Amino acid sequence: MSSIADMTINPRDAERYEEKDFGFWLYLMSDAVIFACLFATYLVMVGNTAGGPTPKDVFSLDRAAAETALLLLSSTTFGVAAVALSAGERSKVLLWLAITFLLGASFIFLEFGEFRGLIAEGAGPERSGFLSAFFTLVGTHGLHVSVGLVWILVMIGQVFFKGLTAPVASRLMRLGLFWHFLDIIWVVIFSVVYLPGLV
Amino acid sequence: MDIFGRLTLESLPFYSVIAASGAAVTVLGGLAVVGAITYFGAWRMVMTQWVSSVDHKKIGIMYIMLALVMLLRGFVDAAMMRSQQAIALNNEGYLPPDHFDQIFSSHGTIMIFFMAMPFLSGLANLIVPQQIGSRDVAFPFMNSVSLWLTTAGAGLMLISLVVGKFSTAGWTGYPPYSGVEYTPGVGVDYWLWMVFIAGFGTTMTGINFLVTIFKCRAPGMTMFRLPLFTWTMFITSVLIIFAFPALTVACGMLILDRNFGFHFFTNGMGGNMMNYINLFWLWGHPEVYILILPAFGVFSEVVSVFSQKRLFGYISLVCATIAIGLLSFTVWLHHFFTMGSSARVNSFFGTMTTIISVPTGVKVFDWLLTMYRGRIIFKPPMLFTIGFLVTFVIGGLSGVLLALPPIDYMMHNTTFLVAHFHNMIIPGVLFGYLAGYMYWFPKAFGFKLNERWGTISFWCWIIGFYIAFMPLYVLGLLGMPRRMEHYEIAAWQPHLIAAWVGAFIIMLGLIALAVQLVVSVRERKQALDLTGDPWNGRSLEWATSSPAAPYNFAVLPKVESREAWWDMKQRGVAYRRPEKYEDIVMPKNTYAGLVIGVAGGVFGFAAIWWMWWLAFSALAVIVGTIIYRASDDDDEFVMTASEVKAIEDARFAQLAKAPKNEMADEPGFAGEAAPEPAT
Repeated sequence: MSSIADMTINPRDAERYEEKDFGFWLYLMSDAVIFACLFATYLVMVGNTAGGPTPKDVFSLDRAAAETALLLLSSTTFGVAAVALSAGERSKVLLWLAITFLLGASFIFLEFGEFRGLIAEGAGPERSGFLSAFFTLVGTHGLHVSVGLVWILVMIGQVFFKGLTAPVASRLMRLGLFWHFLDIIWVVIFSVVYLPGLV
Repeated sequence: MDIFGRLTLESLPFYSVIAASGAAVTVLGGLAVVGAITYFGAWRMVMTQWVSSVDHKKIGIMYIMLALVMLLRGFVDAAMMRSQQAIALNNEGYLPPDHFDQIFSSHGTIMIFFMAMPFLSGLANLIVPQQIGSRDVAFPFMNSVSLWLTTAGAGLMLISLVVGKFSTAGWTGYPPYSGVEYTPGVGVDYWLWMVFIAGFGTTMTGINFLVTIFKCRAPGMTMFRLPLFTWTMFITSVLIIFAFPALTVACGMLILDRNFGFHFFTNGMGGNMMNYINLFWLWGHPEVYILILPAFGVFSEVVSVFSQKRLFGYISLVCATIAIGLLSFTVWLHHFFTMGSSARVNSFFGTMTTIISVPTGVKVFDWLLTMYRGRIIFKPPMLFTIGFLVTFVIGGLSGVLLALPPIDYMMHNTTFLVAHFHNMIIPGVLFGYLAGYMYWFPKAFGFKLNERWGTISFWCWIIGFYIAFMPLYVLGLLGMPRRMEHYEIAAWQPHLIAAWVGAFIIMLGLIALAVQLVVSVRERKQALDLTGDPWNGRSLEWATSSPAAPYNFAVLPKVESREAWWDMKQRGVAYRRPEKYEDIVMPKNTYAGLVIGVAGGVFGFAAIWWMWWLAFSALAVIVGTIIYRASDDDDEFVMTASEVKAIEDARFAQLAKAPKNEMADEPGFAGEAAPEPAT
């Protein structure tokens, strides 16, 4: 089993990975602006309930707390995978990536359930400006998490078939950035959407 | 479920002769291109060397070809509007209102998204890597994806002329009018999806160039040695990365409103239409600077080279560029002072708008002082620069007027505003890009453009511009609203006829551009650029051959001065042969970018017409291609030292044959260091 530490990365490749990391940071900043616009829109529209349900009527703290726990835990397990990566332990990387995937998938499952429940009780996005903004903000985050899940699957495949090569390790680092970024966004969603809506 | 969604035979444009002929021209144009490629037996070359290319220079050329085609299309729209308004006093003219509205909407959309943006990306692609002494952009494959997503957007634009109708909501698409309640049908959806898809491409271009300029500079090329064009592209990239998300969000929400019954911007049910307008201009105002900063960069290069003088006030130009970049995020509300926010809010944005003219003024003085005591050579790029300086200042003055909220209340939505922003965008943006096109053309193709036709084109453009747009200022003061299909006030007509004459002269300018290209290609043997440095240039792009080798620089240059190439010529180290060549790692060509672009276009078309099965299939193709590409670790090849040596030997043989530089008799000439003979 090869370890990252023994791997000699030629200086040109090292530079390429650095460029890719920097580019990925820029993408995350750009994505952060997307979320900033969605948050601003949500705050502008949170009172526009058009006689329909208000935040108090539609949010459940239990579910939001469970979602938060799952996503934060998945960030931790991804961290463990990253530690295993730097130790060069391929099977551990695979194991922890798989656990991260399951936690993320459970998060999506819960969120999907929440959305379905709301739509079933007539509180779908067509009901009011507030609900449109809510579904779009939380749904965009959920879409990102889903993309992250596909990415985790692809990386599990790459680690399995290619091993912990330098390009694979470099991709895993960026997947980590993405996953933790989504965690931070969720913390903001929890504090801006769910908490004020319920307290 | 109907497999064709809401697409029916009635979507074809047989309801009107004008619409049908527009569609016919588009279809015939497409067939002509396919026919020409087949006739010249060029399919293999087009497929293997161009559309699959990840070479920044070829991508740049393809971007500019797209921009020129769309410039023509956008101009036809403009000419149709001018003709309509010239005759539509107390009558319907020749265009029905619904068609007229489509035309002003497509004119703005095309000129901003599919003419100016690709032109800017094209020039940047062609030049920035060479100016910083790099072999390519940081992400060559992503560059190809950007190109093909932009092209997909432009393709939807062209398709909208043939299948279905285009938006009538203007290039800004304000709700609630653009909402599904008042504008059902596919027009606004066409507009939304093309902007949405092309926007992804542009965001990637921004990321690509920021990383390229930050990370891929040659040794010694510090930030404060970057040529001005690269500096402006750097700030433009920052603006793209931070501004385009707002457009993506605004368009995305309007898509949800229109297609899925959301209530972001609807009249009732808790919608808030002003939120759209805020988001749109939160992107829209930085966008103005995204377009114009690189043009400022071109002017800075051109004015220095053709004044044969060091650029005056380099540091102040850089600082002014940065200041404009920051301030561009603080003025968006001046696009809707009449929204009725408080006087305090309006005066803040009015003040910021006035302040942003200060760094622009600094730049104007720097360019003037570069020319002062220079030995000016009046080549076409320089003519466009001088024309810009004079004309742009007038547009700036009318902008300072509009920045005052009380005056804006009088002028908003009149042709005064139309005159103002055309007065900024035509001399500021378009003249800059045309100057860049004529200045860098030899670098792209190895021969110069005909100067006589370039000069004719310039005079047509500038005279036509004044005659077309000065009357619109007057009309605005007379109270004529913009976008009128017909009118009843006789006093307006003479001005509108004058504006029509101006548009006609601009058309002559466009024809001159086309003639210039044809004549230059035919007579290219007389205008070959064998040295790679036809204008006695100052920055590093003139150190490469014309056209540059695939790797640009066989050996990465060592930069020791702000005017890197000029400095090398002065020190007599230009055109030096290296002791030995080394292997160069190059990115492999790939069709993945093209596949993603085509699938993106298909996705957009399917989403517009509600063919959801097709939309999901296209999305699956995109995701599959990305995963395939992301798992491919074999995306580079090695160009061996001996291959490099062969190319370089040919280059030095060509240098030895080069005739005297046509600028060699100028007193400011730095001299062609005699190239060392091939060994």
